[in-house]
Parts: sequence; C-alpha cells; structure tokens
Amino acid sequence: MKTLPIESGLLLAGVLFTLGLISVLIRRNIIFMLISVEIMLNAAGLAFIMAGSRWVQADGQVMFIFILTMAAAEVSVGLALILQIYHQLKTLDSDAADKMHG
Amino acid sequence: MLSLLWLIPTLPFLGALILILTGSRIPQRVAARIGCGSIGLSAAITALVGYDFLATGQASYKFTAWTWFHVDGLSPGVTFYLDSLSLVFIFVITFVGFLIHIYSTEFMQTDEGFARFFAYLNLFVCAMLILVLADNLVLLYLGWEGVGLCSYLLIGFWYSEEKNGYAARKAFIITRVGDTAMAIGLFVLFSVFHTLNIQDILVQAPQVWTIGASSAVLVGFLLLGGAVGKSAQLPLQTWLPDAMAGPSPVSALIHAATMVTAGVYLITRMHGIYELAPLAQQWVGIIGAVTLLLAGCSALTQYDLKRVLAYSTISQIGYMFLALGVGAWSAAIFHFMIHAFFKALLFLSAGAVIMALHHEHDMFRMGGLRKKLPVIYYTFLIGAASLAALPFITAGFYSKDQILWLAWAGERGNLWFFIAALTGAFITAMYTFRMVFVTFFGEAKTHISHRPGKRMTIPLVILAVLSLIGGFIELPHTLGHVTLFSNILSPLLPAVPLREGVESTEWTLQLIAAAFSLGGIYIAYIFYIQQPKLADDLQSATRGVHQFWFRGWDLDALYDFVFVRPFVYLSKWNKGDVIDRFYTLLVRLTEYFNETFVRTQNGILRWYIMSIVAGAILIITISLFIQP
Repeated sequence: MKTLPIESGLLLAGVLFTLGLISVLIRRNIIFMLISVEIMLNAAGLAFIMAGSRWVQADGQVMFIFILTMAAAEVSVGLALILQIYHQLKTLDSDAADKMHG
Repeated sequence: MLSLLWLIPTLPFLGALILILTGSRIPQRVAARIGCGSIGLSAAITALVGYDFLATGQASYKFTAWTWFHVDGLSPGVTFYLDSLSLVFIFVITFVGFLIHIYSTEFMQTDEGFARFFAYLNLFVCAMLILVLADNLVLLYLGWEGVGLCSYLLIGFWYSEEKNGYAARKAFIITRVGDTAMAIGLFVLFSVFHTLNIQDILVQAPQVWTIGASSAVLVGFLLLGGAVGKSAQLPLQTWLPDAMAGPSPVSALIHAATMVTAGVYLITRMHGIYELAPLAQQWVGIIGAVTLLLAGCSALTQYDLKRVLAYSTISQIGYMFLALGVGAWSAAIFHFMIHAFFKALLFLSAGAVIMALHHEHDMFRMGGLRKKLPVIYYTFLIGAASLAALPFITAGFYSKDQILWLAWAGERGNLWFFIAALTGAFITAMYTFRMVFVTFFGEAKTHISHRPGKRMTIPLVILAVLSLIGGFIELPHTLGHVTLFSNILSPLLPAVPLREGVESTEWTLQLIAAAFSLGGIYIAYIFYIQQPKLADDLQSATRGVHQFWFRGWDLDALYDFVFVRPFVYLSKWNKGDVIDRFYTLLVRLTEYFNETFVRTQNGILRWYIMSIVAGAILIITISLFIQP
C-alpha cells in the first residue's frame, strides 16, 4: 500500500488550521466562528492521524476519536449558548455580547 | 471615721460617672443635685475625717484600696495617704469646690452643657483629690494628668468659639512641657531609690544623697519643671491668662484655687529632696520672685477683668514659690489656703459682674456698680483687700506678711527676695484697687441685665468671711502669736531657722509692708478716682512699656517665633510625609497597571482569541529558540 508522505498531510493540516484560525478571527457571526473552530479541531485531528500512520501506532486514531467526541459535546453546548445569545440580543454578532466585559 | 477616707475622692468620681453616662437626658435639677451632692458629701466626710485625724493626733493614716500594677519591682498601690499637708489641701479642695459648685448651678443654668459642665467639674475634683492624697508618685502623676485633662476640657468648654479651643490646646501643651520634665524626674528617682513611694523616698533620701548631690539637684530641677508648668510660673506661665476663656467658676476653682497650686503641693511634698538640693531650692525662690514681679506688672496694664485676676494668680503663686525657695513650707501652704479663699471669691464676684453686664469683660466699660450690685461690691472689696494685704483685718495680710518676714529673716532668705516681695506687695495693692475703682466706682457705662440670686451670693459671702477671718488662725508673734495652722503642719514641715539678730526687726518690717500696701492703694486712688486724667497721661507717655506689659512681656511672641513657627514650617514642609512617599508610589504603580490591563478586558471575543494566538506564537517562538 502506498503511503501518503507525511509532509503533505501535515501541510494540509496546517493550511486547514490556519484557515480556521483566520476565519475565527475575522468572522463576527457566531455560528461561523463555531464552524471555524470545528475546522481547526479537524485540522488537529488530521495531524494526529498523519502521525499515527507515519509511526504505525493506533494512538493517533484514538486521539481523533477523542477529539470527535469532544467536538460533539462542544457543539451541543455552543449551540445552546448561541440560541441563548440570539434570544437575548436578537443578533448573532459576537461583538454585541460585550456587556459584561468578560 | 478615718476609714471613710477612700470615699472622699470616690464620691466625686461617681458623680462624674453618673453625669457622663446620663448626660443631658436627666433634668437640670437632678444634674445639679448629683454634681453638688457628691462634692457636698465629700466635704462633709472631709470634715469628719479631719476632726478625727486632729483629735487622735496621729501623724498619718494610710488606706490601700488595691495594688495598681506590678512591674519589675515597681508596684504602686492605689493608696491614699492622709497627713496634715494633704488634710489642708483636701479641706480647701472640697469646701471651696463645694461653694463653687453651688455658685455654678446658677451661673450655668441657661447653658446647654449644664450636665457636661458638672461632670467635668466633678471629675476635676476627683483628680485633684487623688493628686493630693496619693501615697506614691505614680498615683500622684495620675491625678496630675487628670487635672490637666479636666483643665483642658473646661477651658474649651464653650468649644464652638475657635479661640477657646486654641486657649485649651495652648494650656494643655504648655503644661505638658513641664509634665515631661516631671516624668523624667520620676524616672531618675526610681533609678536611684527603686521605689516611687513618697514616704520611702523622703526617708531614704538623706542616707543616699549628701547635701548638694548632683542627682538630688537634678531631680529637684526636674520636679521644679513640672511644678512650673502646672503652677504657671516663669517661663511656662503664658497659658494661664488665656485659660480665662473658660467659664468663671472654672477660673475660680481650677485656675486660681486648686489646680495651679499643685506645683506648690508637689514641692512641699518633696521638701526633703529640696533640702538636699540647695541650688534647686534657691532657683524655686528666684523663679517665684521674678514671676511675681513680671506678672504683677502685666496685671497693672490689663483691661479684661479676668485677665487681671489671672496675672494676679500667677503673681501670688510666685509668692508661694518664693516662700518655698526660702524653706518656709508652712508659710507657703498658709498662703495657698488664704489665696484659695480670696482668689476664688474674686473670680466668682468677677463672674457675677460679667454675667450681670451681658458678658462684658472690659473693666473700663463697667463702672459705677457699687450702688447697683451692693453684695457683689462688698464681697469683691473684701477679696481685693485680702489680695492687696490690707493690714491687720484681712487674712491676706497675715499670710503674705509671713512670707515677707521669712524672705528677709529666714536662713535662706536674703535682701533681694525681700525687696522683690515688697515691690510685689506694692504692685499687688495698686492693680487690685485699680480694678476695684474702675469697676465699681465712677459712672455706670453698661446696663445691668441680670441680678445674681441666692445661690450665687451665699457662696460669695461665705468666702468673704473666710477671706477675713481665715488669717486669725496664724498670727505673727508680734501680733498675738497664734500658731494653730503651723501647729498642724509642724510634725511634717520643719520650721524656718531664723538668721541671728533679726527678731527685733519684725515690727519694722511689718510696718514697712503695711505702708507699702496702703501706699499702693493710695496711688490707685489718686490715679483712678481723684485724677483719672493722670492715668491716661501716664499710659500715653509710657506707651511702649504699657503695651509690652499688656502683652505679658512678649513671651507669647517669643515662643511663637522660637517654637511655634519653626514647627508649623516643618509640618508644612513635611505635609506630604516624606517616608510615606514610598508607599504612595507602590499604590500609584498598582493603580497604573490596573488601568492598563482593565482596557484589555473589553468583552470582544475576537480580541481574546487574537491575544491567545499571539501568546501561543510567542511561546512557540521562544521554545524554538531556547533549546533545553
């Protein structure tokens, strides 16, 4: 079986992570920010998978499943918070939620 | 009966306690009864105790209430010690105090702080009694500071006027200067004798010290410092004229009859030490002689009735110091007692006059009160005659004559002391009758608004009687030779050894003294009754001297220049507190950082993410460059 060179896999993960990070930074819509965080998480997951396949260890895939579980939990909490924010502020702009300076 | 001794200071204390706790919630009548009743009971017990003490003829009686504290060999007890000296003092304090309390019930009846006034007055009497009954110097010091506190509270009694508060602070601070010297004196005494019990010290002193021993002289001077501050002698006398800001009964009780003579008491009580320190004793006399002249001259130029009396008090205490300086202990105490009678009388009469004239203090706006206030006139006249030592009929003559005689004939007396005392007697007669003539004779200048009632006149009459007959318990041996008073004190205070060959001159000296006081009165008569123009001419001719004396020899200005202004300057310079700057800096720094970091917490989510990213990049970069 032909293995993918680790450099290209990591490069893809890096590019994905950077894209996610940039969109978290520039997006104001809170749903897009959540999606961008997901992208970053998946980029990290990809990096783990690549490392797992490079050293032929199962740990990478274990970590990916772990990240997946955490992301699911995070999204459920995040969406609940987004609903509340929209309910309170009638907008999805994250900058609007600066009342408490927290 | 003697066992009731402890009640004498306790009753006024309870009175003060009740009045302080209940305050203005109780009606005035009740407050007056508590205030006067406690002192009245105390006076009655004093009479019983005094009778018992004299009847049994014992030398001393001691009552220990409890041991105050016990520290490293020093264990002063709350112990009251009664001997003939303290008996004379508690007699004067309780009886004169009682009369002044009665007088005050009328004098203060329209005042809002009626209960407060009596609380302070009771507390004062308690502290003064502790002072004179104390068996050890620590308890004496407690009383000493207690009377100082009450004096402060009562001078500033009408505290809503700023100048009264200033006078109160001035009195407190200046007497504190003397008290510091006295405290150091007590430390020296303790380091020498390892006890502060007065009797123990007096017994041990002649064994430890030879005559003129340097530490004895040191202690003598330090205690003299305390006495000088409290008794308003040179150079710490400047507080007393200003202390007249208090109500008149306070001036009568504290600043004439009792507290200011605490210095005389202290020196008499410690006379054993002064006998071992002739230099210190001589200085007691010198201070007394100089003070009596300076204060007398100042009294001549005052306009304010109460300030004349204040300077006259300084001058009379100067006589007592002069007597102490020549070792005439008993004469000093006799003059103290007579002075307490007539000076309390003069102050109370002056208070009645001032009250009758809408709180007018200036004598030259009074005039002609002889017909309008006859009772006050006669009592004031008797007090004045006693102060001026009018020969043969007044008590003041006998007490002052004794001092004059011993200043000349005593072993430690000399011609200079005698001349000072004689000149002082002349000046005293002059300013006293200047006061009488200006206030009570001539034309009426102010309308009378209030006539004194019985509660004011009865104490005046009693004190007037005492000022006349008080002298007959001690007559010089040229005039009947009665020694009731010195007999009481003789077991305690040694008599003055006379110089040789002076006995025959006693008559001559008495006549000279009588002539001087009569001469003073006559000159006052010429200047203020016969030819009032003369007084004005003299005043304008000697304007500079007059003003100089009026301002009390400019000592106030001197102290202001030497002590007050540099101190105020330093305080102003150090207003920001140099040492505190460092701590202020710490606070400022913290505040600065706080302000800076508060701005980063703006609630914008993306800003936080940016900070996290920047931080992560920074840490990764550092970890790349710094290899472990």
